[in-house]
Amino acid sequence: MTDKVIYAMYDDDDVTKEACQSLVDNGVHVADVFSPFPIHGIDPIIGIKHTRLGIAAFMYGITGLLLAIIATRYFMVSDWHGINIGGKPNFSYLENIPSFVPILFEFTVLCAAHGMALTYFLRNKTLPGMPARNPDPRTTDDRFVVEVRLAENSNFSLDQLNDMIKETGIVEIDEKTIK
Amino acid sequence: MHKESDIRIPLILGDKNYKDITDDVIRPIESKAPRGWYILISIFGIFALWGVGCIVYLLGTGIGVWGLNKTVEWAWDITNFVWWVGIGHAGTLISAVLLLFRQKWRMAINRASEAMTIFAVMMAGLFPLIHMGRLWVGYWVFPLPNQFGSMWVNVNSPLFWDVFAISTYFSVGMVFWYIGLIPDFATIRDRVTKPLAKRAYGILSFGWTGNAKAWNRFEIVSLVLAGLATPLVFSVHSIVSFDFATSVIPGWHTTIFPPYFVSGAVFSGFAMVQTLMLVLRKAFKLEAYLHTKHIEYMNIVILTTGSIVGVAYITELFISWYSGVEYEAYAFLNRATGPYWWSYAAMMTCNVVSPQLMWSKKLRTNLTFTFILAAVVNVGMWFERFVIIVTSIHRDYVPSAWSYFHPTWVDIGVYVGTLGIFFVLYLLFARYFPVLPIAELKTILKSSGENYKKGFGHGEGYYDSHIEKH
Repeated sequence: MTDKVIYAMYDDDDVTKEACQSLVDNGVHVADVFSPFPIHGIDPIIGIKHTRLGIAAFMYGITGLLLAIIATRYFMVSDWHGINIGGKPNFSYLENIPSFVPILFEFTVLCAAHGMALTYFLRNKTLPGMPARNPDPRTTDDRFVVEVRLAENSNFSLDQLNDMIKETGIVEIDEKTIK
Repeated sequence: MHKESDIRIPLILGDKNYKDITDDVIRPIESKAPRGWYILISIFGIFALWGVGCIVYLLGTGIGVWGLNKTVEWAWDITNFVWWVGIGHAGTLISAVLLLFRQKWRMAINRASEAMTIFAVMMAGLFPLIHMGRLWVGYWVFPLPNQFGSMWVNVNSPLFWDVFAISTYFSVGMVFWYIGLIPDFATIRDRVTKPLAKRAYGILSFGWTGNAKAWNRFEIVSLVLAGLATPLVFSVHSIVSFDFATSVIPGWHTTIFPPYFVSGAVFSGFAMVQTLMLVLRKAFKLEAYLHTKHIEYMNIVILTTGSIVGVAYITELFISWYSGVEYEAYAFLNRATGPYWWSYAAMMTCNVVSPQLMWSKKLRTNLTFTFILAAVVNVGMWFERFVIIVTSIHRDYVPSAWSYFHPTWVDIGVYVGTLGIFFVLYLLFARYFPVLPIAELKTILKSSGENYKKGFGHGEGYYDSHIEKH
């Protein structure tokens, strides 16, 4: 199925935000906004949900902590049971836990940080060597592009959409057919 | 978005717009390297090669080529290790702790100081690795299943804690730095015209699009990584100090060590940032983004942490007497008046006395003075580690075993070599990577750019009219 996409280009983040607001107020669904830096406050306007990466990081951290507890318990208490090293005898895990705290902490942070970073790369579909997918190379410099798809706005015609977009403070408008 | 007070000095000076920020940061990457860059990288490259040669000689011959003896069995290598780890503390502190505190001036320095951190931690990690002697079994420090049955690393040992702390710090710092770099690499990718550069930056930028959801994730990832990295920074140097504090050597067995080491690390780290950034801003003409106010903020951090370090030195001295433990008292008396009095004096002058000059506004806003003082602080912090390590062990319990440590040319060569490798890496970073966070700087342009504050560029009152609407 082919679809028409309109790319409206702006040269200011606040103007972009106002444009999105006015389009949304008119009942237009904005597919995406491409910008050279985060535009604060645009997510609720175009209906982007808050990311759950923070929760993911917490889960990775808990996993790391559990793994570290299992490992330190296995090495020191079960496999090396009762060996007195430097006055820190390891008969029970609870008595010995203070000297494991650094490892538990570091491994928790290690898993949380790397787990979250990997999830971030996969969710964003950003991996080494992937081609650039922004609609215009200027969107990483000083231009802001609002993407509106015709298929997602079935109660408007292409001309109606174009007219509405042209009323906002655009600097350029572009149409593309995607398959 | 919040509005910043008008009396605050803007963080971005001059009439800049978004395009100017991109141009100013990327210009050094696109244009030819200046002659000075080639001269510097050649000099430091020679140092680096000399260091590699010393390391090869050391590994081929054995640790005996260092100046260690049976009393002083830890000296230059561990001093250099702690010194480099300490320098590696400023970067993550700037990017993580200052992010949590919403200190926007960090954006002028965070990218370059994170790079400094990563390279410094690499140099630090080299020292324990070569001290092992058998470099090829270096992976034994990790708890890996092995063919020797129940041969595990000792989880009670502070040296093992250190392995985990440093490797976690290094890898998390690297990820934090790289995630911030991706959007900027994308900016370079979309700008450069040479096919090779376009391809290289294309690979480095991971196909970044900059869509709204990606930026939403970007901000949360930065925030959560900052939250994770903040306790990590403090834990790393605390754990480095445990290498000494959990021992029973008088002079090392001190509960004050963790906070004292951490503030010392931040102190030396910021001094190194000053040294590097003062050169960088001049060479790359980035004075609009990194101006005297930024330098002054960093000098205030140096003054604060320097004073904490000073208080720690004096507390240590007092406690050694007040504890009534003769060994402790002697260890400290020997530090100040024994054969190593000169290193103690150097440490006290460089770390306690000299930063106090920063109380004067005239001095802390003087760039030449800052550059000199930063060098003095780095020398002082090297001596601090030398004082703690060597003077505490050179006179042990039996006077017949007392000795004096003399570094050999290999000791000095390896240290000079790490300085060489560090600066070579840093020069390569400055040449090919964006030294300022382009995307992040653009987010503060409207709230803290001079033109928006004063209203020129877009006309008087432009900013306020936008504030009212949102």
